[in-house]
Parts: sequence; structure tokens; C-alpha cells
Amino acid sequence: MLSIQNLHASVGDKPILKGLSLEIAPGEVHAIMGPNGAGKSTLSHVLSGKSGYTVTAGSVTYQGKDLLDMEPEIRAREGVFLAFQYPVEIPGVSNIYLLKAALNAVRKHKGLPEVDAMDFLTLVKDKVKLLQMDEKFLYRAVNEGFSGGEKKRNEILQAAILEPNLCILDETDSGLDIDALRIVSEGVNSLRSPDRAFLMITHYQRLLDYIKPDVVHVLADGRIVKTGGPELALELEEKGYSWLEG
Amino acid sequence: MSIEQTLNHYSSLSAGLAGESLPWLQAMRQEALALFADRGFPTLRDEDWRYTKLSVLDKTRFETVPQALADPDLLSAYQLEEAYHLVMVNGHFSPELSDGLPASVNGSSLRQALLQQPDQVAEYLGKALPASEHGLITFNNAWFNDGIWLEVGKSQVLDKPIQILHLVTSAQALAATRNIFILHPHAKVEIIETYVGTASSSLTVSINECFLGADAELKLAKLQAEPEKAVHFGGSYVKQARSSRFKHQNFAFGAQIARTDIHTDLFQAAECQLDGLYVAGQRQHLDTLTRINHLQAHGISREFYKGVLDDNARGVFQGRVVVAQDAQKTDSEMNNRNLLLSANAEIDSKPQLEIYADDVKCSHGMTVGQLDEKSMFYLQSRAIDQEAARDLLTFAFANEMVEKVEHTGFKALLHQQLLQRFPAIHL
Repeated sequence: MLSIQNLHASVGDKPILKGLSLEIAPGEVHAIMGPNGAGKSTLSHVLSGKSGYTVTAGSVTYQGKDLLDMEPEIRAREGVFLAFQYPVEIPGVSNIYLLKAALNAVRKHKGLPEVDAMDFLTLVKDKVKLLQMDEKFLYRAVNEGFSGGEKKRNEILQAAILEPNLCILDETDSGLDIDALRIVSEGVNSLRSPDRAFLMITHYQRLLDYIKPDVVHVLADGRIVKTGGPELALELEEKGYSWLEG
Repeated sequence: MSIEQTLNHYSSLSAGLAGESLPWLQAMRQEALALFADRGFPTLRDEDWRYTKLSVLDKTRFETVPQALADPDLLSAYQLEEAYHLVMVNGHFSPELSDGLPASVNGSSLRQALLQQPDQVAEYLGKALPASEHGLITFNNAWFNDGIWLEVGKSQVLDKPIQILHLVTSAQALAATRNIFILHPHAKVEIIETYVGTASSSLTVSINECFLGADAELKLAKLQAEPEKAVHFGGSYVKQARSSRFKHQNFAFGAQIARTDIHTDLFQAAECQLDGLYVAGQRQHLDTLTRINHLQAHGISREFYKGVLDDNARGVFQGRVVVAQDAQKTDSEMNNRNLLLSANAEIDSKPQLEIYADDVKCSHGMTVGQLDEKSMFYLQSRAIDQEAARDLLTFAFANEMVEKVEHTGFKALLHQQLLQRFPAIHL
């Protein structure tokens, strides 16, 4: 589904990713762990098309297409979803409006008609229940005044509605207490399916207790320095990152 | 045209002006003519007009036109449900299109009031107006031809708003109107002014004089959505007696050049709230000048204006709060926030505080910004294209002011007006 080959990316003159390669197949859950400054967030931003990054070498192929050639909204319509580390507050735009506009943009891209208003409401209410959110959140401005946990749940709610093929979770566990972490993880787990892949970017192992990865990568200084199974995460938890560097 | 030619042109149209048999009104008009002969229309040399060029007024001869029939589609597009309607067409009151008012209100056209109750009118007409302030006030004094007279009795509360529809339907039309709103003590009324039209070009010069008795409450809202070649001046001049409340909501969306003046004088413990939104694109020029005069103690004023400027449009916001020496314990806040969407758009924002009392709480602020990149990216990452994201964020910024409107029908009309400006949004 996703093939990253020898990816080099910089911010300004500063190289951050220095030859990152990664293959993700449908149905797989990959975790990328690494110390601060390794390039974890840069990877998620480059994949989702945020401006401010220059890809200097390498390629990213998503479902056979050049991902880097697409505008951010086209990536989203093609089924790439980024759950933000810091979801943005958008005063004046209601959550339900954004959900509907986003879903319709994706449907239009796929050549499907706009979603029926009643069907949409049923779908949204169903997913809201799944994430144990209050329906009132739908009518509030996007993320405005939401707690950290509510924002992260809202990200997963959006994913649940948009049904992406590739879900990138950027530090989804940061700022969550244990209850919120459990709810968010259950939401993510409910989205797991044989045609959907996940790329979880995280600093800590604890998220992986709730969302079991198939593959764990260690990112250090812009490169994947080690790849293994779930046991690698535990090893990292025990030993820290320093033994991998240098 | 020179000032003299302008004067001669508009004087030639003035046969049969409202109240022409009244000596006191004639005297007022003569005084205005003399002032106009001296100064003409405002120019960039006038401090309060330094950002707004009115040379179009010297180039075009606007004409008084007989009252034409209003296009029924125009009327139905803007007429609000749950309101009493008073309709002005090309500056003339239309009894056929207007509703009767409840008995608690003494209301009529100003022309009729000048015939039937000239002494009452004389008590108020011109009394809230800084007559020599600038040439458009002078112009109105010299040539206003009709308007609305509303007097709300003591402790009377109207069950629904009065909507005054100012329609301009004839090319080159001049609509010079004077409206007088009197609220006796404890009266409460809501008035919604709607300036719209179909004329290819027109000049509206409409002045409201508002008199609020003790503890009275006036909510005055204005929608200016005139056609793209229109020139609009609308002024509201307000006298607020003790503990009265004046709430103004000002929506400027239309016209080529439009200016709104709002002056209010607050006496003991009076309160005012001025909210506004201007949305300008293409080559539009939208100007607002407000002056809040705290004359006595314990007054409260709140002012919040937002502006959106796109393309080659220009916005002007001049907000002045004056706190007189006797106005101790004044509590005043002013804020103006602007969104500039294009490199060629411009905003001239000038919040001013003049304080002569020593025990007051006053603040003012102004911001000019662009759309937030993080928000743009967030929306794009949710499949929304760049144009729609831009429109959505701009709409959200502006819509905050629309959301403050209480009247359901008026709010819906404003929503619709605003959404027209942002075609990439699909609700």
C-alpha cells in the first residue's frame, strides 16, 4: 500500500530525513518509535503534504501513485488520513459541518453521490457512540475548547467517518490519561481491517499495549535503524534509545 | 462639477421638498445650503474623510425620481417575517407597501408628520445632528425629502421589530431621507434597516436621529447590501438619556463606496454596544466612523467590528471614544479585527481614545491578519480543497458577527448574504 524509498527531506537547509525506507502492506499496523528529534513528526508531515518541507531525494508510492505529487486534499481523498499530534481549533466551523464536508469531498472524488442527510446523521451518531463522545460535540466548533483527550477522540471520529486506507497516527497517545488512551485505542482497533493500514508514530511504548503493532521500527537521525516485532518496543522501553545510536 | 454647479443641480430638484411651508425648516435648509455652498461634499482634506474619496459625487448628477413601483421579487427577497414593514422606494415612503403599526407607536412618513404634527417634529428634527460636521450631513439637511417618523410612548414595548426597507430601483436615483426615532422613557423597540436595490447607480444619503429617554432601549440593526455601483452614506446620531441602552449592529456588504457614521452621546449610566462587520471585495470601499461620547458618569460602551477585505477592496474603520471630564467610572472597550485576503486589499484602522476623566476603565485594540496556515492545512488534510478551506475560514471569521443577531429571519438573511460571497462553501 505504501512504499517509502530512500526518503530525504529537509526544513530549510536542515536535513531531517536522511534515507528513510519503509514498506507497509494492507492490514498491517506499523509503529515508528524514536527519540525526540529523530524525524518522526517530519515523516508524518511529509506524508500528509504539509508545506515547509522539501523532499530532496527518494520517493513515496501510495497504491501505485506518487504520493508526493498530490495536494494535501487529494491525499486525503485518496484515503490517507493524518491524526494530528496537535489538532487545530477552528472557531466558527462546527464539527458536524466539517465531517460532512470532508465525507462528501471524499465521496465526490470516488464518483459517489453526496451522502443522504439522514444516513449521515445515523452514521455520525453511531461513530460518536463508539468513541464514547457526547453528541453535543458534533455541534461545537471544531476542537474549540476541547480537552486534550476530546481532541484526540475527535481525530479518530473523523477517521471512522472518512474510512481511510492508510491512517497515520502522530503521537496520538500524547497528552492522554489512561482512560482516554483506552477509549482512543478501542476506536483505532475498531477501525482495523484487512484493507486498512496504520502507521503509528510514538515516543512511548504504552500506546502499543493497547494497539498491537505487527511491525516496530526505530527511527533515529532520519533513518530506520532497526525493525522488529512487538517485542522490539518492549526492549526499547527497557533500554531506552541510546543503545541504538552512535 | 464645481460646488456651485452641484448646488444648482440639487436645488433645481428641490421643488416640493418635505415640509416646505414650515419657516423653521426653511431656515434650517437655508443654513445648510450656505454651508454646502462653502464646503461642498467631504474631501480627503477633511480629517474624518481622509481615507474615502467621494469624487464620484462631483462627476455624477443624481436625480430625484418619482416613486416607482418596487420590484416584488426585491421586496420579497428582503422583507422579513415577524416584523412590521415600512418601505421607502427611491427615497419616498410607500404607504401601499408598508404595514400599519400598533397603537403604541406614533409612526408615519416624515413628510406626513411634518404636515400633521410639525410642532412635535420641530422639537426633534436636527437636534441630534452635528449639522456642520461634514458635507453629507449638510446635503441631507438641505435636500432630505422624506423619511420615517417613529415615536414610541412611555414604557411601550413593541412585540416585534420594525423593518425599514430602503429600496433604490431607478438608475441615477437620489434617495435623501431623514428618519427620526423617539423612545420615551422605558420604551423598548427594535428597528432593522435594510438598504438594497436594483438601480445601476444611485446615491443614498440617509440620516437617523435617535432620542432615547431614560431607561429606554433601542436595538438598531443595519444591512447595507446595495448594488455594485451604488454610493451610500448612512448616519445614526443618538442621544442617550440616563440608563438608556443603545445596541447597534452594522452589516456592510454592498455598494461601490459606502460610509456609515454612528455618533452616540451617553448621559448618566447609559450603555451602548456597537457591533459591525464589513465584507468588501473587487474595488469596493467600505468606511465606518463611530464616535462614542461619554458625557456623564458610569457609562458603559462596547464596540466590536470585524472586517474582511479581498481583491482590491479597501476598508476604513475610525472608532473614537471620548470620555468627558465628568464621565467618571466610564467603562469602555473597543476592538477592531481585520482579515486581509489579498496583497492589494487595504485596511485603514484608527481606534482612538480621548480621556479627560481620571477614574475610568478604557481599552482599545486593533488587529490585521491573514488566514491561519495551520487551519488551512488541517482542513485540506480533511479533503477540503484550498479554495473551499479559504472560504470556510473567512466565512467563520465573519459569521461570528452574524451569530450575535437575535432575530431569526434577519440572521438567516445575513447568513445568505454572507454565503453568497463565499461560493466554495456547500452547506
